[in-house]
Amino acid sequence: MTSVEKVPQDKITIEGLTGDAAIAHALKQSDVDVLAAYPITPQTIIVEDFQKFAADGEVQTRVIPVESEHSAMSACIGASAVGARVATASASAGLALMWEILYCAASMRMPIVFTVANRALSAPINIHNDHSDGMGMRDSGFIQLYCQSSQEAYDTTIMAFKLAEDHGVLLPVMVGIDGFILSHNVERVEMLPDDAVQKFLGVRVPVQPLDPKNPITMGPLALTDYYFEFKEQQDEAIWNVPKIYKQVEAEFKKMTGRSYGMFEEYKTKDAEIIILAMSTMGGTAKAVADVLREKGEKVGVIRLKMFRPFPAKEIAKAVSGAKAVMIFEKAMSFGAVTSPLAMEVKSALYDLEKKPMVVDFVVGLGGRDVPPTTFVEGYEKTKKYVEKGKAPLYETLGVRK
Amino acid sequence: MTESDSILRHPMSKYIREDRQPWIYCSGCSVGVVTQMVARAIDNLGLDFTKTVVVSGIGCTGRTSGYFKTGTYHTTHGRAIAFAEGVKIANPELEVIVVSGDGDLAAIGGNHLIHACRRNIDMTIVCVNNFNYGMTGGQFGPTTEHERYSQTSPRPVGNVEHPFNLVKLAASSGATFVARWTAVQARRATKSIETGIKKEGLSFIEIIGACPTEFGRMNRLGNGVEMHQHLLEVAEIQNGLPAHEAELHYDTRIVCGEFVNIEKPEYTVVLTEMNERLKKG
Ligand SMILES: Cc1ncc(C[n+]2csc(CCOP(=O)(O)OP(=O)(O)O)c2C)c(N)n1
Ligand code: SF4
Ligand SMILES: [Mg+2]
Repeated sequence: MTSVEKVPQDKITIEGLTGDAAIAHALKQSDVDVLAAYPITPQTIIVEDFQKFAADGEVQTRVIPVESEHSAMSACIGASAVGARVATASASAGLALMWEILYCAASMRMPIVFTVANRALSAPINIHNDHSDGMGMRDSGFIQLYCQSSQEAYDTTIMAFKLAEDHGVLLPVMVGIDGFILSHNVERVEMLPDDAVQKFLGVRVPVQPLDPKNPITMGPLALTDYYFEFKEQQDEAIWNVPKIYKQVEAEFKKMTGRSYGMFEEYKTKDAEIIILAMSTMGGTAKAVADVLREKGEKVGVIRLKMFRPFPAKEIAKAVSGAKAVMIFEKAMSFGAVTSPLAMEVKSALYDLEKKPMVVDFVVGLGGRDVPPTTFVEGYEKTKKYVEKGKAPLYETLGVRK
Repeated sequence: MTESDSILRHPMSKYIREDRQPWIYCSGCSVGVVTQMVARAIDNLGLDFTKTVVVSGIGCTGRTSGYFKTGTYHTTHGRAIAFAEGVKIANPELEVIVVSGDGDLAAIGGNHLIHACRRNIDMTIVCVNNFNYGMTGGQFGPTTEHERYSQTSPRPVGNVEHPFNLVKLAASSGATFVARWTAVQARRATKSIETGIKKEGLSFIEIIGACPTEFGRMNRLGNGVEMHQHLLEVAEIQNGLPAHEAELHYDTRIVCGEFVNIEKPEYTVVLTEMNERLKKG
């Protein structure tokens, strides 16, 4: 690890930025060699802003606006294979069109940073936020980090390169922001000077690049003989992430004073009911917790940032003292026991002797608003379920039946 | 119906879902003009509207399908032709019309376009070429001319890539009817859409359109009216010209006309014949 120093306040640029713009700035400073993407709302601005940096000569990046997302991720793998630092961005249908290649990116251990403005999947077509795109790729082998603010989106994008390119990891990272809610809302962002980011990230050191002087074949056939070993190694690699993520964050904190952890805990110490949510819903949840606390309710919030790898032990520990975990999540897994986030949490708690009740609410699909009142509705329901000692496996809130 | 109602009602409104109004199209956009061309072609031919299917992809042009009061399919981005092929193969009796944008049909869906032409499957593809991805805010795509400005090819450099000529692409891929008009040549374009619908085989009709909000604004081409006036000025009618000579230079010369009208076995007919033969054998 390189040694970084605290960046003095007068070297910091403060600007009002949307989540998309914050990511574009982070990508610019991360000295990306190749960026390949295809436009899709609400991500489009990331690449447009980046193209303007390129046109102004502010970056040396080769930007290729390819003809589809399938091509974008494919081009990213090609560029990453020769040793470049690579990024792309997409959402929803675009992400879904990458699906085949997502698995290749992870299996071939390409440290690509993939920023996603999370948006609902078709059909019917919908441009607004939920997490069905991110959850759809949850088994692809990508690391998944979901952000709550523009500042966090900026910070996480920079850290994502260091995490991805670490030789103990070598895996692609998805950085998620809520479509429109974060991608298009302006917030105060503190930006580092270019040289600080460059020093923090350094230059990518590829382990086994495609190199004419030392020819290797990538992605050849591995059947019953070796395929399983590749998967075993990939599995090992993703479980190196928590440790290396902590190191990366520690170093980033030295420079900025900021860190986020795999999840954020808010007033959970004595909480009887812990609300667990991801991305911008974390912000609403915290505001709701404040109000309920004033009314004497013992409520806390966990805002999960790292969904892959899922910090099972840590989450189990963090909620073990509560009576119930109330999950708010923006995705469904049709026909599954429960919804994606609840499934993880329930599995994580399974081995606890005394476990909190898990109450799962699916909310906000297709951008349906999730106001504080919906949280309160869920909270009241959760209290009743705790009294009864029984809760449904999952239920929806805020929808016409 | 009162008299004023009958005057206010557009003659083509019988084909349109009026409950979906107002249109999402910007004022001065060509997509509305093309929507009317398609409606008029259906009307002039007296097509059984209940047997007409309108399919489109995603984009401003892609919104067209949703406005037609018949069986319509708003597919995913790029897949309009592939969906339409499924419709036509499953029920060859249906008249299948695809209306979509240059990005939808030639970028993300380009592969389907060339292969549908190669198969010569009976459908009419109306492509509104406005030289950019209008819906997502005006990025350059596969029809954007070299050095044009867009959200992803800003000043001072502009687009480093070179465009497809869609007439040449469709013709060389095997389409049996290929035409190009601008959005101002509404009567001629409508006639070509009619010919395309009647044709048993793949018909590709490119309509050069204006996107004043994005492409026009970024390249300082004027408002919708000015852009359409320009299209009329540079349009050069050359019916019967070999497709490979159908040049398109936005500023100076847009060759328009019907370039290909040939006979080849149509795909669903071939499929049916093969099935018959197998049954007998
Ligand atoms: C898989 C996928 N990628 C990207 C998008 C975003 N998108 C919607 S419309 C569009 C481009 C439309 O351009 P064009 O087909 O030329 O239609 P126009 O709006 O210009 O009429 C794009 C990129 C999407 N909906 N789905
Ligand atoms: S953005 Fe362009 S293509 Fe879309 S409706 Fe407006 S003018 Fe038409
Ligand atoms: Mg277009």
